[in-house]
Amino acid sequence: MAVRVAKGKDPHMLNYLLRRLALIVPTIIGISICAFAFVRVLPGDPILAMAGQHGVTPERYEILKEQFGYNLPIWQQYFDYLGSVLQGDFGISLATKRPVINEFLALFPATIELALTAMFLAVLIGIPAGIFAAVKRGSWFDQATMGVALTGYSMPIFWWGLLLIIFFSGYLGWTPVSGRIALSFFLRPITGFMLIDTLLYGNWPAFVSALRHLILPAVVLGTIPLAVIARQTRSAMLEVLGEDYVRTARAKGLSPRRVVNIHALRNALIPVITTIGLQVGLLMGGAILTETIFTWPGIGKWMIDSIFKRDYVVVQSGLLIIALIVMAVNLLVDLLYAFINPRIRVQ
Amino acid sequence: MAPSTEPVATTSKPASGLREFWYYFSVNRGAVIGLTVFTLLVLMAIFAPWVAPYSPDIQYRDALLKPPIWEAGSDPRFILGTDPVGRDMLSRLIHGARYSLFIGFFVVIGALFVGVILGVLAGYFRGWVDVAIMRVMDIILAFPSLLLALVLVAILGPGLFNAMIAIAIVLQPHFARLVRAAVMAEKNREYVTAAKLSGASHFRLMLITILPNCLGPIIVQATLSFSNAILDAAALGFLGMGAQPPTPEWGTMLATAREFILKAPWVVTFPGLAILITVLAINLIGDGLRDALDPKLKRS
Repeated sequence: MAVRVAKGKDPHMLNYLLRRLALIVPTIIGISICAFAFVRVLPGDPILAMAGQHGVTPERYEILKEQFGYNLPIWQQYFDYLGSVLQGDFGISLATKRPVINEFLALFPATIELALTAMFLAVLIGIPAGIFAAVKRGSWFDQATMGVALTGYSMPIFWWGLLLIIFFSGYLGWTPVSGRIALSFFLRPITGFMLIDTLLYGNWPAFVSALRHLILPAVVLGTIPLAVIARQTRSAMLEVLGEDYVRTARAKGLSPRRVVNIHALRNALIPVITTIGLQVGLLMGGAILTETIFTWPGIGKWMIDSIFKRDYVVVQSGLLIIALIVMAVNLLVDLLYAFINPRIRVQ
Repeated sequence: MAPSTEPVATTSKPASGLREFWYYFSVNRGAVIGLTVFTLLVLMAIFAPWVAPYSPDIQYRDALLKPPIWEAGSDPRFILGTDPVGRDMLSRLIHGARYSLFIGFFVVIGALFVGVILGVLAGYFRGWVDVAIMRVMDIILAFPSLLLALVLVAILGPGLFNAMIAIAIVLQPHFARLVRAAVMAEKNREYVTAAKLSGASHFRLMLITILPNCLGPIIVQATLSFSNAILDAAALGFLGMGAQPPTPEWGTMLATAREFILKAPWVVTFPGLAILITVLAINLIGDGLRDALDPKLKRS
């Protein structure tokens, strides 16, 4: 007897979702403990760091210590922190005296704009390159593409960024060296995405300036994902092209183009989508280096500056926010994977 | 005539493990090139004091920022030019190979050791041991690895050794996950049950019966980690959190050379090229190892 399952109410999918969510709760708690503990064991005293060069009197020190709750037992400090985080309060930056979450939200669009452009380039070039390499397996194109991909995969991107600056900014003078837009343009952010904002203002020269600032950092950040996607697409295509259903499609006399585009590509893209999703964590690491080289005012530069300035509150909450974002994206990717590949759900 | 010296006979006979491995590995031209380059790098690192024309630390104050010999205004004494304080680039690069290979080697050993132990325990015992170990691994993996390494180095204090510890901690969960999966796959095979029935202890079952059969993927992962460790250590050096300035570590050299990129591009070009060549050679070997050790691809 056939089991009838109403469309859209797949019990396996719901089950899978619940199981994944149950696994995530202890991980989130662990992450918050880690972020909290890292900062407690960082060398240096947060109150002295806050006071800056002038220092504080012992009396004032005690008052501040009490005010920020550093005199409480460590577990109570943790639960206080967790309580405020759950209410959306991530603390006040020691360096700028502004709420961490405001700083984060102000800088986050810059990193997203950079990361999305990088990913766009990587997908736009990586997937077609991988497909052609697989279809023309063993050809010079295949060998050249895979050679370039492995080189890209092995690239120290901080050096790659400097090389591009030497060539395009120094030698050719085509692109600016740092920042998001020329200083002569001052636009109040609407969305925070420079390309969109300049278009919303209808300021064409500003848009061009923003694009010229964006292109080199995006190429640098996109290099490793591009290489990974090209390699992954090729091997996924090769695997699928050897399957029986592709052979059947060929035997039916379908055109090679149709076999590749309709029969093979759709199935090959499933693992590629997962690969793309898993690049998000890598992109955040890459953003630290890319933003440092190009003085790009985003989350990566914010974190490394805060580490150097010993801005404990920013490091602690920044770590937590970034880890939560990476986890959320990975979860989404897994769910998407389970959604397009029913075999996963039942396991 | 001994059959073992007959080349035709060896291919038709079932080859020994090592020979079979070499057969599949050497088919991959890239892997052989990678292995050759890597061997040369290792030799260069070992014999650095004899190979390098000068000491990496001596400053020739009469030859600051000299370009490589094929450019105008160069000094014939310094083939790849000199850095801002007049040290020979080539000698520093040769000595730098010592640091990168040393870092890669010991980070992988550390990550491998801890990761294999945790992975075997998790995969063999399952239950709460598994849950506890794998949740901790999930937590480590939830942080972007370079960011986590940076924070760990900030806690431990900047320096080469602390950077190595931080990178090993960040790379280790990949081994744990891989080994756990491999052990779980092997655990219920008949040869393990047979060993169990004949009275083998947990320790023996884990390390002597099961682990050797999981070696293939571990070796491939170790190669990948080797190149990742070199890249991460160079990145930390570049950010000022790894090896500290007088050290001729390639990433650190790049960091100190940054302000001269437009004036003296060679001080930036060569250290990065050295990192790229090393990492590329290791990744080529890694691809070859994967082809040779992955039975699924062997038939093609």
